[in-house]
Formats: sequence, C-alpha cells, structure tokens
Amino acid sequence: MANIQEKIAKLYPEAVVEQADTLTITIDDARWHNLAQTLRDDFSMDYLVTIVGMDWKESLGCIYYLMSSKTNEIIAVKVSTTDRERPMLHSVADLWRVACLYEREVYDFFGIIFIGNPDMRRLFLNIDWKGYPLRKDYDEDPALNPVSIENERQSDLTDTWVEENGKVVKKEVQVFAPEDFVVNIGPQHPATHGVLRFRTAVDGEEIKKIDVYMGYIHRGVEKLCESLTYPQTLHYMDRLDYFSAHNYHHGLCLLFERAAGIEISRRAQVIRVMMDELSRIASHCLFIGTYCMDLGATTMLFYTLRVREQILDIMEKTCGARMTFNYDCIGGVMQDLAPDFVQDVKALLAVLPENIKEYNKIFTGNVIARKRMEGVGVLTREDAISYAVTGPSGRASGWACDMRKLKPYSIYSELDFNEVTATEGDSMARFKVRLLEIEESAKILAQLVDNIPEGEYCVKVPKVLKIPAGQYFEIVEGCRGAFALYLESDGTTKPYRLKIAPPCLTLAGVVDHITRGTKIADLITIGGSLDYIVPDMDR
Amino acid sequence: MEVTTKSMPYEAWKDNEYIEKLVNELKESGTNVIVGQLDKLINWGRSNSLWPLTFATSCCGIEFVSLGAARFDMARFGWEVARASPRQADFMMVAGTIVNRMVPVFRRLYDQLAEPKYVIACGSCAISGGPFRKSYHVAKGIEDIVPVDVFVPGCPPRPEAMIYGIMQLSRKVKVEKFFGGVNRQEKQQEFLESHPVSGVND
Amino acid sequence: MQDLSAITNWIHSFLSSLMPGWLTTTVECVLIGVGLLLVYSLLALFYIYYERKFCAAIQCRIGPNRVGPLGLLQSVADMFKILIKELIELKHIDRFLFALAPYLVIIASMLAFAVLPWGNGLQVIDFNIGIFFLIAVSSIGVLGILLAGWSSNNKFTLIGALRSGAQMVSYELSIGLSVLTMVCLAGTASVGGIIEAQSDMWFIFKGHIPALIAFVIYMIAGTAETNRGPFDLPEAESELTAGYHTEYSGIHFGFFYLAEYLNLFVISGVAALLFFGGWMPFHVPGWESFNHIMDYIPSVVWFLGKAFVLSAVIMWFKWTYPRLRIDMLLALEWKYLLPIGLFNLALMACIIVFNLHF
Repeated sequence: MANIQEKIAKLYPEAVVEQADTLTITIDDARWHNLAQTLRDDFSMDYLVTIVGMDWKESLGCIYYLMSSKTNEIIAVKVSTTDRERPMLHSVADLWRVACLYEREVYDFFGIIFIGNPDMRRLFLNIDWKGYPLRKDYDEDPALNPVSIENERQSDLTDTWVEENGKVVKKEVQVFAPEDFVVNIGPQHPATHGVLRFRTAVDGEEIKKIDVYMGYIHRGVEKLCESLTYPQTLHYMDRLDYFSAHNYHHGLCLLFERAAGIEISRRAQVIRVMMDELSRIASHCLFIGTYCMDLGATTMLFYTLRVREQILDIMEKTCGARMTFNYDCIGGVMQDLAPDFVQDVKALLAVLPENIKEYNKIFTGNVIARKRMEGVGVLTREDAISYAVTGPSGRASGWACDMRKLKPYSIYSELDFNEVTATEGDSMARFKVRLLEIEESAKILAQLVDNIPEGEYCVKVPKVLKIPAGQYFEIVEGCRGAFALYLESDGTTKPYRLKIAPPCLTLAGVVDHITRGTKIADLITIGGSLDYIVPDMDR
Repeated sequence: MEVTTKSMPYEAWKDNEYIEKLVNELKESGTNVIVGQLDKLINWGRSNSLWPLTFATSCCGIEFVSLGAARFDMARFGWEVARASPRQADFMMVAGTIVNRMVPVFRRLYDQLAEPKYVIACGSCAISGGPFRKSYHVAKGIEDIVPVDVFVPGCPPRPEAMIYGIMQLSRKVKVEKFFGGVNRQEKQQEFLESHPVSGVND
Repeated sequence: MQDLSAITNWIHSFLSSLMPGWLTTTVECVLIGVGLLLVYSLLALFYIYYERKFCAAIQCRIGPNRVGPLGLLQSVADMFKILIKELIELKHIDRFLFALAPYLVIIASMLAFAVLPWGNGLQVIDFNIGIFFLIAVSSIGVLGILLAGWSSNNKFTLIGALRSGAQMVSYELSIGLSVLTMVCLAGTASVGGIIEAQSDMWFIFKGHIPALIAFVIYMIAGTAETNRGPFDLPEAESELTAGYHTEYSGIHFGFFYLAEYLNLFVISGVAALLFFGGWMPFHVPGWESFNHIMDYIPSVVWFLGKAFVLSAVIMWFKWTYPRLRIDMLLALEWKYLLPIGLFNLALMACIIVFNLHF
C-alpha cells in the first residue's frame, strides 16, 4: 500500500493521497483519465468495484473504488466538480468496460455528464424524468413526476459528449441500425427473471445486438436509506437480492459495526456465517431449478425446490419468516437459534449429496443439456474482470473473485473450504461452479454445526446509534457475486449517503457482449446462467 | 346461500360480510330460472378454473413459484396452468412492487387480459407501496391503476395466504352473475372510464 | 374376437329399410359426425386431465383433486371457462386468416380420426390409401400454425410460426419414412390391411430390428410433429411467451389447446396401429389358449390402452428433457434421423425380399 502511495505522489504531485478507511486519492478531473490509465496498467487495478456518485452540497463528484485482481488491494479515487448546472467529468469507459454502465447510473442519479462515454442515457428512470433524485436538493414533489399510465416515451437515439478542439459537444447516435429487426423481450417475459427488458436486434434466429433497459423495479432504496436511521436501513437488504438476504444483511452489519466500533460475539459470527451458507445453498438450488426450467426441463425445478423448502424450514424456525428474515442486526443477530437448529442442519447435510447426485443424473449428463450449454456464451477472464462480473459467473471464467477468500471477513479465514473456479467461461461452467459451490457451502456448515460456541447472540449497542463522520467501505460475497457497500457519515443517526453496489447490475451489463452472434434460445441460456436478480440490479 | 369451496367450511372464512353483501345484491336483482341455472353452471366452471398470468416483479414472485411447487401444489385447485400470454389468463397475481416505470406496462398487461378478468394485489408493495411507500419512484398501491378484487397482505405473503387469497377470488367469482344484472363488468367499466389511458397511438 | 361391424351393419340395414339410399348415407354421415365430435371432445378433456396428473406424478405433486372426484372434472370446468372467455379483437391483423387458423388446426387433427381403427370393425372409413390420407391431412395443421403466427402481426408469433414451419416440414419426412417402412412390411397402405397383417404377431416383433428403429424414429418425429417438449420450440414458453398462439384468446385459444392434445392422441394412435397391431390383441403364435383369453378383452380397450400408454411415453419425454435449440433440432432431423430412416427402409426391403422376418 505504502508503495502505491509513494509512487502516485511522485507521478501526480498535485494529487492528495490519504490513508483513511481505504487509501484515497483525490485528483482533478483534468488529470483523472491519466491517473486511471496508470492505475490500471501499472498497478493492475483492473477491477472497477463501483462508482459512487456523491453530492457534497457545494460540489458533485464520484468516488471510484478500484481493486487489483493480482494483489487484492483496494483504493479509492475521488474526483469532483463544483459546477452544479452542467457538471462534467471525464469518462473511463474506455479503460473498464463496466464503467459505461456505472457512469450511466451516476448520470441518472446526479446528472453528471461523462465526456467520452458512448451511451449517455438514463439507466433506471424514464427519459422525461425531471430532476436527479439522489442530489440533496432534489424536489420530491410527486406532481413533478406523477405516476402515469401513459405509455413510456422512448428514443432510438442515444447521446454522447465528445471533446473537439477543447470544446465539449453533444452528439446523437442511433442505437440500432435502421434495417435491424428489433424484438422487444420483456419487461413482462417469463425468461427475464423479473422485469428486465431487452430490445434485441435479430437476424433470423441470430442476435445482432441487445439493448438492456432496467428500472422497471427501481425503488430508490439508496434515497430511502438517507431518511432512515442506521438500524432501519437494514431491512431493505432483504428486498434487494431476496436470495442473499442473510449475506447482504451481514455485509451492512459489518459496515456499521466497524464504523461504530462494535465488537460482536463469536457465537453471533458463527450463526451469521451458517445462515449465509444456508442461503447460498438455497439460492443455488433455486438457480439450478429455474435455469433448467428456462431450458425447458421443468421438472428439475420441483426437485430443487424440495431442498430449498427444507432450508427455509430451518430458517423459519429461527428467524420466523420464509423470505424476508431481517435476522442480522447491529451487534449480532435478532434471536437466538431455534433449539433443533443443529439437528435440522445435520438432516439437511445428510440429504444434500444424494440430491446433487440426482440433479447431475437428470440434467448435467443429458446430451441435450450439454449441447445447449457447452461453448454457449463464453466470457473470457479479461472480459469478466473488465465487465466486473463477479461471483460464480466470474469464477466460471477463471477469475478467483470470491470475497470470502480475497477479503476474508467474519470467521471465513479460519474455515477450510475451496474456492471453486473453472476455466471454460461458458454456460456449462457457470452451472457447474454453482453445483460445486453447494458442496463447498455444505463443507463449511459441517465444520461449524458442531462447534457453535456458547455466548450472547447480540451485544449491547446504544439505542441511538451514531456513526463518526467519515467514509467507510465494505465488500462481502453475496450468492451472486461481490456485494459492495459505501457509507458516508456526517456524524448523525442517519447515513449521509449509503451506496449499494450489487453484483447483478454488472451481470446484466455483460449480456449484450456475450450474446452477440448467438441464437435467441441462447439468450435464455446465457441470461439464465448469469442468474441475475432484477430487484437487486435496480435497487 | 353460503358460498364456500370444497374442504373448507363456511365458518372458517374470515370475511364473509363481503360475500354476503354480494349475495344480497344478487338476490335483490332477481333473475329467471333458466338464466339462473345456466349462470350457476358457468360460474361453477369459472370459479374452478382460474388460470394465473405469470407476472412477478420481486420477492412475492418467488413465493408464487413455491406455491406451484410440490409442497403447496396449487395444481390441486387447477391453478397451475400459468399462462405467459395475458390473452389466455384469467387473473393476474400482482406479486411485487409496481414502480412508476412499470405502471404503463402493468396497465397494458391488464388491458390485454381477456374478460372476465381479475386482479389480486399480493404483498404490501402491491397494496400500498409497502416499505417503499416513501420512495420517489414507487406507485402507492395498484388500486389507483387497475380495479383490485382481492388483497393478500404480507411481505411477502406466505404461500398459504396466497392459496387463501385465490380461494377468496374463486368464491367471489361464484356469486357474480355472468349474464347481466349484478355485473362486475359495469363497475369495472366505471373504474376504467375514470382512469383513462391517453397517449396510446397505434 | 367380437366383431363390432355386426352392430354397424345392423344400423346400416335398419336405416336402409326405412329410407332411400341417399338419405341413409346422409343420416349415417351426421350420426358419425356427431359421434366423432363427442369422442373428440371427451378424449381431449380426458387427455388434459391425464397430462396434468401424469406430470404431477413425475414432479412429486398431487395434481388436480378438488373439482369432482379425484379432480376428474377439472378439465370440464376449464372448458366451460374457455368457452365464455372474451374473444379479443385486435387491430392491424389479417382478420380472415386470424379467424381461420384455429379451425385449420382443429380440422387437421379431426380428419385424422376418420381412419383410426377404433376397434374391430369400428372405423369410419377403410380405404386402400388410409395411411397416406392420414399423413396428408395431418400436414394441414402446419398451415394453421403458420397462418396463426403470420396473421397475428406480432414478432413473437412470427418467430414461433417460422420455427414450427421449419420443424414440421422437416419431421414429416421422418414420419413418412418410418410409416413407409411399416407399409412395406404390411404390403398394404390400407389401415384394415395393416391390422390384419398383425393378427399373428405385432409388427414391432415381426419386423424386429428395422421395425424397432422405425418405431424409435417415429416416436421422436411424432413428438416433434405435435410440438411437444423437448421439441416445443414454436411455443417455447421461456423464449416466445406462448409462441404462435400468443394473441389468441377464448375459444380460439381453446382450439389450439385441444388440438395439441388430440394430435398427441393421433400420433400415439398411429404408432399403436403401425407397431402394436391397432386394436389387435396380443397374440403369440402357437399359444392358442392364451390368444383366446386375450381375445376376450374388447378391441376398443386394446386400441385406447395402447394409445394411452404410448402417449404416456411422449409425456415422459416432455417432463424430462430440456428443450432443443432450433439448429440442433434441424441437425437432428437432417443429419441423423433422415439418413437412418432411408437406410432403415432399404434394410426392411432386404428383410422382406429375403423373408427374414418372423
């Protein structure tokens, strides 16, 4: 770390480098693109975790969180502009492919225009939406943006701002060529796993281009969090990726506890990890089921849901709910474990291998299934990193990106489990990685089930929780990939800004890239194998 | 007249007042024997064959999947024929949050359903906006967009609650008249006239 | 073996004694028409119930059990509902073709009923090109699907229709070839003749290897021909919403829905006819007393029983295998099934010439 700090200070004397929660570099917009290039090429900061849009009242800006896929170091870069009327920053979409999507998100929420971004449209909100909702001075008057049953307005043009002779000019670009046959898939479509919309240009059965439309379930969670106290924000984590409810809760609790300096008991840590792994198994089981259903093998769904129901039973006994648990809380967990928790988990571990064997027998070995998955939707390792495709999908491309290994949190560093990776990067690899991950999670559960230490399940925390002013960053492993959280606190009981960087956004962002030239049926295969959850990407 | 479904006694239902009100309306309007009997036959068919539209936006949709699975098995009641095309479905289970951008799509889906059509608002988001009520981009309940027949509270409702909700719908269908008279369609028409869709150009 | 033609002959002579010849024919046509319609709708309802129960069993579920005893009336209730559902009027469509398409589909499956051998002597018409007629009428169905997809003015239906066009035209070849193989063995294309030729032994045993190959090809192609999983691309739910019939509602959709199940019955009925002796009971040469006992089971039961079992096999495919992709589907037909079918025909010819069959 110190090494980077010195080198950056030498190369960019005007940059301010400080070691806070994360190593943070503050730099001018004019030099930002150069610094980005240096960081990516010389310090192998090739994974852009997220771009946090910020409104500091007197200025607008972005915080770029970068991670190296070699050294696993994280650094943050702060870039800002004081122009609130027409804020502009330079785009880094040419360095990290995923930046294009992230910058659109920032533009949507803060109105910051990125010079050089090829596709500067709103991401979640309608094109005629008035105002930028995450700005502090946003007018929430419902009369400005009424709920309308009028058809959504849509344009076939996209904007891009380019620098010509020192002046920034706006250019309009056609999204689709005039001769393209565009099929609209979604938002109400059985295969999009929720309300995602693909405008698909096809040539016969072959896909030429996909334009992804999101925001059909954008609920403005980040804005809502700013008006709630810290413990209240937790329950939204259940409703993002509802399969990783425990994992997301865990992440946010870790962030708050670290920021507030709360130590939790070992018992609570073990319980949290066990719940995380149980939900991972349940989530992957449902993935296998829905994926097979997308491919036409409906029956598999019913077999995988059997295991999921068993896990839900275990959780229900302890947490009291089937889906939105709200179980992890600041300081530990809400309730102690149910008396027969250990026994139930053991029963689950006993039936799991049998079930996995059955899934393999019915589906994995099937010649049709293999032909449909093998070699379909290949994502290379470089692209996976550049598109920030994490989780099982990234690991299937050979990128070891499991945050439980890279940035061990809670008690993961003490546990014995393998990070499952594959090299093929196709749909089959993504499917198999998840199957194997079920076994790894079972391994973790087996290690912990007999070793749940005694102790309190929740430590005492102040009734009114205040977090010292500052910036905090936390990254954990959800069921679908790296789940990053950024908190800026101004010392009050409510977050000044809570940025949620979900894994599914990038999963949807890569769809266009890997479906080019494949068949319509492959879109279903690829979309299914990426396993995105739409409420997670839209928030 | 006690309206109930198989294997559930009349007393076990929670809100019988509503059904009784419908029954009274039916009695007051009166009808001739042949039409009445024909109505009964048709309503027997309609109430026992409710096909859902596969429509889910968030968490509740996953519980709807569980509803179809072996444990809760909605096929027992004949609801498992989930149609992906709105033209062929009978009712729409609005499972999940409806946000501003989704509203036109949702309304269009409703308009595409073939008559007679029903809507179940499933989960607190669909009923009122739920935990996201204060958000800038969430519709505060779907009641302002389409007429709703049954509300199923919960976040998300358990599959048992969903079964109960659809059974309530089935009871409601049973006491409606298909031919004239106490006709739901007229009320629905009123609603739709007060919520017109403009800006549709086709 | 009780011969049901005695009854039909009696009706015929009774009617002719009452009225002139032309009227007799007319009345008989009407009677048969009504009878067929009745059988047609009853079978369809039964098949819908059958499939739902069968798939429930595969998926560890119970399936319909609330409406009527054991849920038997479930599909009846569905039919009532579909009958009264609104027929949605669409703008910008080809109205005539849109309305015509479901009838074409239903007529195609209905005409096929004319030559199915329901029982000993219970057949609408038995003429010397019976099998050829069957293949001819069943290909009208694809026309209905193409028209439905085209006239709906919807991109999904269009893709569905194009897929089904490619699929059904291709797989008809394989069906034709495997039927031809069996016609070779029988030496006649008349349905009655084919059954007569199996009175000592069913063709699947008589023709041994080539008959078995023909049977497998027939079952695969037949599944594709009925648009059922794993060949349900034209209406692939996860890809194309509901495929070619996305825009159809009410009874028009009901026709497509019924036709799907009836085609399943026709395909398995023809398989029963060609490979398992139609209504012919299970006979083993030499075991006279056994054959005699078998004859006591009514021929209608034999035929329906065989058809239902074969349908169960096709349903089993659907609920087990994932769907094929369009290029895999066409490759399977043109690269594998068709050459094997041609080779099989030649093999069968050799076997007949050298008298190698049982």
